[in-house]
Amino acid sequence: MHNKTIAELSRGLREGDFSSEELTRHFLERINRLDNSLNSFITVSEELALAQAKQADAQIAAGEVGALTGIPLAQKDIFCTDGVKTSCGSKMLDNFIAPYNATSVEQLNAAGTVMLGKTNMDEFAMGSSNETSFYGAVKNPWNTDTVPGGSSGGSAAAVAARLTPCATGTDTGGSIRQPAALCGVTGLKPTYGRVSRYGMIAFASSLDQGGPLTRTAEDAAMILGVMAGFDERDSTSIDTPVPDYTAGLNDDLNGLKIGLPKEYFGEGLDSGIGDAVHAAIDEYKKMGAEIVDISLPNTHLAVPAYYVVAPAECSSNLSRFDGVRFGYRCEDPKDLEDMYKRSRGEAFGAEVKRRILIGAYALSSGYYDAYYLKAQKVRRLISADFKQAFESVDVIMGPTSPTPAFGLGEKADDPITMYLSDIYTIAVNLAGLPGMSIPAGFVNNMPAGLQIIGNYFEEAKLLNVAHKFQQITDHHQRTPAGFE
Amino acid sequence: MEWETVIGLEIHTQLASKSKIFSAASTAYGAEPNTQACTVDLGLPGVLPVLNKEAVSMAIKFGLAIDAEIAPRSVFARKNYFYPDLPKGYQISQFELPIVGKGSLTIELDDGGTKVIGVTRAHLEEDAGKSLHEDFHGMTGIDLNRAGTPLLEIVSEPDMRSPQEAVAYMKKMHSLVRYLQISDGNMQEGSFRCDANVSVRPKGQQEFGTRTELKNINSFRYVERAIEFEVERQIELIENGGEVVQETRLYDPDKGETRSMRSKEEAMDYRYFPDPDLLPVEITTEMLERGRQSLPELPDAKKQRFISDFKLSEDDAALLTASREMADYFESVIEITEDPKLSANWIMGELTGFLNKENREINDSPVSAGMLAGMILRIKDNTISGKIAKEVFEAMWAGEGEADAIIDSRGLKQITDSGAIESVLDEIIAANPKQFEQLKGGKDKLMGFFVGQVMKQTQGKANPAQVNELMKKKLEA
Repeated sequence: MHNKTIAELSRGLREGDFSSEELTRHFLERINRLDNSLNSFITVSEELALAQAKQADAQIAAGEVGALTGIPLAQKDIFCTDGVKTSCGSKMLDNFIAPYNATSVEQLNAAGTVMLGKTNMDEFAMGSSNETSFYGAVKNPWNTDTVPGGSSGGSAAAVAARLTPCATGTDTGGSIRQPAALCGVTGLKPTYGRVSRYGMIAFASSLDQGGPLTRTAEDAAMILGVMAGFDERDSTSIDTPVPDYTAGLNDDLNGLKIGLPKEYFGEGLDSGIGDAVHAAIDEYKKMGAEIVDISLPNTHLAVPAYYVVAPAECSSNLSRFDGVRFGYRCEDPKDLEDMYKRSRGEAFGAEVKRRILIGAYALSSGYYDAYYLKAQKVRRLISADFKQAFESVDVIMGPTSPTPAFGLGEKADDPITMYLSDIYTIAVNLAGLPGMSIPAGFVNNMPAGLQIIGNYFEEAKLLNVAHKFQQITDHHQRTPAGFE
Repeated sequence: MEWETVIGLEIHTQLASKSKIFSAASTAYGAEPNTQACTVDLGLPGVLPVLNKEAVSMAIKFGLAIDAEIAPRSVFARKNYFYPDLPKGYQISQFELPIVGKGSLTIELDDGGTKVIGVTRAHLEEDAGKSLHEDFHGMTGIDLNRAGTPLLEIVSEPDMRSPQEAVAYMKKMHSLVRYLQISDGNMQEGSFRCDANVSVRPKGQQEFGTRTELKNINSFRYVERAIEFEVERQIELIENGGEVVQETRLYDPDKGETRSMRSKEEAMDYRYFPDPDLLPVEITTEMLERGRQSLPELPDAKKQRFISDFKLSEDDAALLTASREMADYFESVIEITEDPKLSANWIMGELTGFLNKENREINDSPVSAGMLAGMILRIKDNTISGKIAKEVFEAMWAGEGEADAIIDSRGLKQITDSGAIESVLDEIIAANPKQFEQLKGGKDKLMGFFVGQVMKQTQGKANPAQVNELMKKKLEA
């Protein structure tokens, strides 16, 4: 059952091949048996999952079935879940149980899905290797000596290892796409404003966007259809209709214009990854796509601009974790200042502290113009690059990550090298565009990701482009050894 | 040396919207601690602010009323600092692009003149919660009911030159926000409070002296006293060879003094930046038009109308338009009595006196406009005299009912039967023959004595004019 896609499981449930409870117990059993080696879950919500599964079975029996009724999934531990701990990968929230559901959670619950648990992640989504989690590093199922990528590393690893058919993620600078690439799964970061941020613990509010990690583009289309939509509780969500993302999956790609930015194929790109991406692009040519060489001239400014904007917003967003109302509070504070300093000092990890410091510095009086304001201008330049590119192409393609999964601990002490692993994904967040990563092939038995970037609100096109590729390739069907 | 005082005020007025500026929680005052704080007000992780449109309309109304520029696009910014009653670790405010730009307010001066005070800007922001230091033995309690209550911060130009001008400005602003019904202006509950920027300079000098900012002023009396104290302190300091330090000072109303809170060096860096959770506020011409149409008659216009339509004096009109409630009360009374002057006298005299004595607002006067008007009608139709009316008023105030009922039950109806008055008069003349002769002989002052005696005998119920009339006839006889 665990090798089936959501689309297949959905048919199986409706046709009575198995019940949601059986399906749920099957995945719970796999998590219990196999996750010790991966550490991809922070919380397994067995009781809730079985209750939801039974309810789904009752709905199926009554004929009240949606496409996702009874489908198990996992939520990244950044999405608030009513009654189930939401830690955000931090000691700070190890004791935090939200009295509300994130909008995404609410919508997926309403669609009849079953929540297996909450997946591991970099602390407050800050990291590209899932090594900054308070709950320990997540391992890549393709090679447990390597990282799964981050920050949605738990979600990507769990989907790759068939511990869940789907997991949600969030992407601030590549946190869905990069782990999807490193773990060989399909990950979609929607247009900024497409999925509500309500109840999704903020890292960098102007960049954060939730989306699905699945095995196939078709599954991603089904999940996105439920997650997407206007939410009056999020002022930055956009009130535009949600299309049926599955409707155009098989549209013909003949004449599709694919832009290849020269900046995405230069120095720093692992040759194996480059080869895999080029091989994937050859498949598109066979389907009648036209390749256009393009330039995104401000690409080199994306990482520096991102590491001003994201830390600046995070330094403010994380101020609410002060030990006063919820979360961690130090023992026996001697006064208010001591309580603030020790609560935050003891509960935040090194990477979170580093970013708070960078951000507070960038916003401080006298430096604001030189850093924050400048970075916002760079953001506009980057958006303008994409805008111009989309005048001549339908989608942009390139590698998701410059290298395959790197070794655990390899970059942990070198933040700059770590930051550069998001070099191809960050610009997409700065511009607010939708982006996907799909399995493009393998380099030394480790997955390589193809990134597909679309114009605003063209998720349906991305899914169509990804789905057609998956119809003629089997990279997305390969299963890591030990998890078959 | 002669010194000149320079004052600018920052007024914080809580807006009277039903719910908070970024959440749906109620803004009602006085609930049990933390019962009116929702997940947004508590700053829980993942929850997001959503702007209350009512607060925006109120800011627009205010901007229009002071003839200010309303920004077509304004931006909410985060003001970052740690404090236990500031749940998110930042206050959502407006910084570079406030909703209301330059405007002005005209105040009346003691010498009868007027002065235009510039308003630099007014911006929307959220209030913080409250820290409670009593009852927690070495700890601090936090009440977040107030957190997220919408505030309009109104910043004036440094245009005021005396504590009295500052008070006049604050009072005028207070009256305005109440006229506009955008704030209840309740100063005891902290709905209307201000900080004052104060400096002194030698008279004639162009540049400003170093200023201090006085915090925590929540009454008209305190604003005057705090500034007076601070001006004296600064002058004394300079005259003794010292220098004023730019700093924030706290006004202590119990001791009547200001004391240093933090210096400029210790001033916090708030790391303002645009709040990425909120979109810029776009104000369309339609919204402005709607705002214009919703504006009530403003105090200055109302005062002019009272003067021209009701032939009231400048002073009377000013008093009666000092608050919208007062003006409404007056207009309700004269609609019935059709006698502006007599009605104005009763409102400014007896009614205001009783209100002040019991420290009540006109809105909770036990004597309603209808009741007062009913009583004035009885004065006008000679059922009671002005003197008896005071007794009736007092009875109405005490809750004994309408004027007519009181007049009946207490038998206060004026005696208009001239036969009855004449017989009383005859008795008094008989008892005071000497005085009567003197009066006849031309000692006119004694007229008052006889009328007074009649009034006394009739317990004030005789009509004094009628008594006069009858007395004159007696003298001619």
